[in-house]
Amino acid sequence: MQTKSTHSLEGKSLSCIRDDRVLFEKLAFELVSGQILLLEGKNGSGKTSLLRILCGFREPDAGDILWCGDAVKDSQFYAQMAYVGHLDGIKKELTVLENLKMSLALSSPGQYSIHEALAKVHLAGYDDVLVQALSAGQKRRLSLARLLITENVLWVLDEPFTSLDKQGIALIETLMTEHCANGGMIVLTSHHDIALHDVDVQRINLS
Amino acid sequence: MSLSHAFFAVIRRDLVLALRRRSEIANPLLFFILVITLFPLGIGAQPHLLQAIAPGIIWVSALLAAMLSLDSLFRSDFDDGSLEQMLLSPHPASVLVLAKIIAHWLVTGLPLLIVAPLLAVFLGMPNHSLGILLLTLLLGTPVLSLIGAIGVALTVGLRRGGMILSLLVLPLYVPVLIFAGNAVQMASGGLPVDAQINILISILLMALVLAPLPVAAALKMSIN
Repeated sequence: MQTKSTHSLEGKSLSCIRDDRVLFEKLAFELVSGQILLLEGKNGSGKTSLLRILCGFREPDAGDILWCGDAVKDSQFYAQMAYVGHLDGIKKELTVLENLKMSLALSSPGQYSIHEALAKVHLAGYDDVLVQALSAGQKRRLSLARLLITENVLWVLDEPFTSLDKQGIALIETLMTEHCANGGMIVLTSHHDIALHDVDVQRINLS
Repeated sequence: MSLSHAFFAVIRRDLVLALRRRSEIANPLLFFILVITLFPLGIGAQPHLLQAIAPGIIWVSALLAAMLSLDSLFRSDFDDGSLEQMLLSPHPASVLVLAKIIAHWLVTGLPLLIVAPLLAVFLGMPNHSLGILLLTLLLGTPVLSLIGAIGVALTVGLRRGGMILSLLVLPLYVPVLIFAGNAVQMASGGLPVDAQINILISILLMALVLAPLPVAAALKMSIN
């Protein structure tokens, strides 16, 4: 379960320069528990770059990211975040169960058990199916199930609705609302209009 | 979850993966056997010459087989995003990377050890040097995996890193080749080889301690 204390994620005058092109400059945001940060902007505007900077895969060209007031490297940030990117991060030669057990081994157990999480993303009964036999939408739901089984406060999602059908999108929106109600926070990029009620959504347009 | 749990989970996963894509085990082993069996055919009926160069043949083949298998170390993890997930784990990346290297050695290095005695007899190596050959392989092939991992971690982000990988890694393999080959050669002649073995042990220990850190750092750069 999430702790009741509130967490905060703060970006301070972030810049990202790629191939001599300034993607964004002096970007600032502050996110606290229960909020969603939606990054908008056209292709190539730096949405993914910003997410990868948040994850620590890229260094920002200027600026700092603070987790609960401390620099990310000095905090519990990595134990409290989960990332689902363009790449699913799941092994197609392993079964659904083996993949989730691996994610669990790399992190701490969270709110739901593996079986509860599979039921939540409508993959119950797929435990022993090799991932290569799953459809693209099912793979995506599996990679999102990872968010439920590990302990985390911050979800960083890069286009989470890709290859999901209408039901899948509604499902993820429900999960996101629940996560925020439990004191979690989410940073995501999306081309879809997200329909989230009762959640405080901040929007940043990078174009 | 504890670090040791994560460490063994990574080894276990990689071994299961290797079992499910068997070519990863078979390729370097097949290469090793093929190269060694071709030498007697190429050299002709000169058992003494063959016997004299047997340690070199076996060690050069092992080295090339190890190089051949290197790319598979991080490639699929890089391509499917598992590497990103591993580096995001709160556990220290260098320990998880070490687990991957150990699994890789179990899959590509250990099989060489198992067939090496057979191939050594095939090349006419004297029986009393077989033990030393195995010992050098046991100490040397993990070093090849550890040092190779640094090269792979640096080049995994490049589309065609194969050539650069060989240039980076081969010079670093040379000390292992020299001391291991020399030890087996001396053992064949009935001379003591303590010095070479001690040096190989120290190289292994050094690689074990020092390699995982730059590998983890290089991987972080590569997924940028």
